[in-house]
Amino acid sequence: MTVWLIVFKSLRQHALSTIVTALSVALAGGLLMSVWSIKEQSDATFTGVNAGFDAVLGARGSKLQLVLNAIFNLEASPGNLAWSDFLDIQNNPNVELAVPLAVGDNYHGYRLVGTTPELFHKAEYAPGKHFELRPGGDWFDPGRREAVVGDFAARKMNLKVGDTFHPFHGLIFDEKNQHSETYVVVGVLKPSNTPADHVIWIPLAGVQRMSGHDPNAATDVSAVLVKLKAGSAIAGFQMDMMYNKQGNRLTFAWPIGRVTAELFDKISWFDRVLTLVSYFVALVAAGSILASIYNSINERRHELAILRALGARRATVFSAIVLEAATISALGMAAGFGIYIGLMAVAADIIRAETGVVLTPFAFNPVMLWAPAGFIALGALAGIVPAMKAYRTDVASSLTPHS
Amino acid sequence: MPLLEIFQLKKTFVNPEGFDHEVVNVKQFTLDDKAQVALQGESGSGKTTFLHLIAGILRPDAGSITIAGRAMSGLNEPERDRLRATTIGYIFQTFNLLQGYTCLENVLLGMSFGPGIDKAFAEALLQRVGLGDRLKHYPRQLSIGQQQRVAVARALANKPKLVLADEPTGNLDHKNARKSVTLIREACRENGTALLLVSHDRETLSQFEQVREFEHINQVSPEEANL
Repeated sequence: MTVWLIVFKSLRQHALSTIVTALSVALAGGLLMSVWSIKEQSDATFTGVNAGFDAVLGARGSKLQLVLNAIFNLEASPGNLAWSDFLDIQNNPNVELAVPLAVGDNYHGYRLVGTTPELFHKAEYAPGKHFELRPGGDWFDPGRREAVVGDFAARKMNLKVGDTFHPFHGLIFDEKNQHSETYVVVGVLKPSNTPADHVIWIPLAGVQRMSGHDPNAATDVSAVLVKLKAGSAIAGFQMDMMYNKQGNRLTFAWPIGRVTAELFDKISWFDRVLTLVSYFVALVAAGSILASIYNSINERRHELAILRALGARRATVFSAIVLEAATISALGMAAGFGIYIGLMAVAADIIRAETGVVLTPFAFNPVMLWAPAGFIALGALAGIVPAMKAYRTDVASSLTPHS
Repeated sequence: MPLLEIFQLKKTFVNPEGFDHEVVNVKQFTLDDKAQVALQGESGSGKTTFLHLIAGILRPDAGSITIAGRAMSGLNEPERDRLRATTIGYIFQTFNLLQGYTCLENVLLGMSFGPGIDKAFAEALLQRVGLGDRLKHYPRQLSIGQQQRVAVARALANKPKLVLADEPTGNLDHKNARKSVTLIREACRENGTALLLVSHDRETLSQFEQVREFEHINQVSPEEANL
């Protein structure tokens, strides 16, 4: 009890430096936990996103580009493939579902993707989950200029059923490139928390035959989403072999999760740099604990001498200082959770806005246990140097003038 | 058997010029249980060092100190700390109250390293010295006289066998000094505690039946001690 009283009193007497030091720990701890959590959640979430398909078939090129374009609606399409290629894979006995996609237009930066109704009716974007419409909406008619808008895109552009719009050519919005066709919004998707929320879905033929597009490519598609029949893992290998090793026209990106993981492998150096920065910030925070307590020992020498004169052992004084350092760390980490939640919320918002992928800021991650424990241990370690100084305090000379 | 026995006690410091400087050289000194003795001595005569040696705050270069049958020289530092925490109460000239602690907390600290926290006893002690309504006050919120009374309560908090008082009236006016000495003596008597008070103030010393010249006890002259 006495040691805690000494710690509490000291923290209160040095409230300003306690707050400033605890804040530096909070920033370091919040940053470390956020970087760690975002890294792990992004890794798990992105590699888990596959829109309910096993593979993507596209023009010859990078598998990663193909997946980013067809699944995440990022990047440009590596090229087109002929309608016959779509029919070939659709008729493959190992394929349960093949859905063609065509890209090339946008509406105020939101991508228009041409597809067939099978995407909505047959595909499960997550196990057991089909796309659903908000009340009052309907799916587009493949023969009409109708659109179904993803939840995020609809909210951002305030699009609702009955609204009309003119698409713009290209994947990047340029107001000079407006197409003359008018599309009617017939439905808005309920949130799926997938990249599909960012897309304006129109009939496949809409993109293929949009004015200004190459008439020679009017039957081409940008990619085909492929779902293999259950238990057809070997078929995946066979098709990988057929398209990627034996063939030289097309690319078969399979399995989607492994292809996405390549992206994280490529940017893993960035994770390591961020983590290293976080560790460095943690060391700086520990240094600030050391400095603030160490500097306060001189002014507290008299008080420490009084405690010793009252019978406190050197070990008691030592442990009080170490405990004080650990307590500053603990207080900092408590505040660090607030910073963590704030940073995670901002990061999750940005990632969702950019990709449609949803991170969960409040989800448990082991870093929430080991980071606070590590910081408290680091704080206690930083407290050892000032504690040694307090330990060596000369009682007699620090008490009163001799008479 | 006396409560305090001192033989051949010596303490030397090294002065800034690097020369040894003897401050205490006491051949023999004893204090009986529950006795109240005042030591008269000039400033700089080594009285505080003498009290620090008795309290175990300083280690002597030679000689022995026995308190309540325990030889200080045979104890290591933690044991001396423990003996001080359980056997000795200390009243300092400048009171040495902890400024960030309330009156009650100051007194509680006085007992926490020794017999343990006894809040009711701490409150009773503050009540006894007339500060029952100042338990939650901080030292800065009290007059000098009141601060000294807190110091008295704290010195008695660990139910010591011996209270050492180092110029306890040095910061008080005559009227308060007299009251203060009366209070210290009464409180020690009520608690069955021996008192060894050092002072150079004749008014303070006049309140004691037993007054001894520190010069006669310490073989070092005040001029020498004060070098």
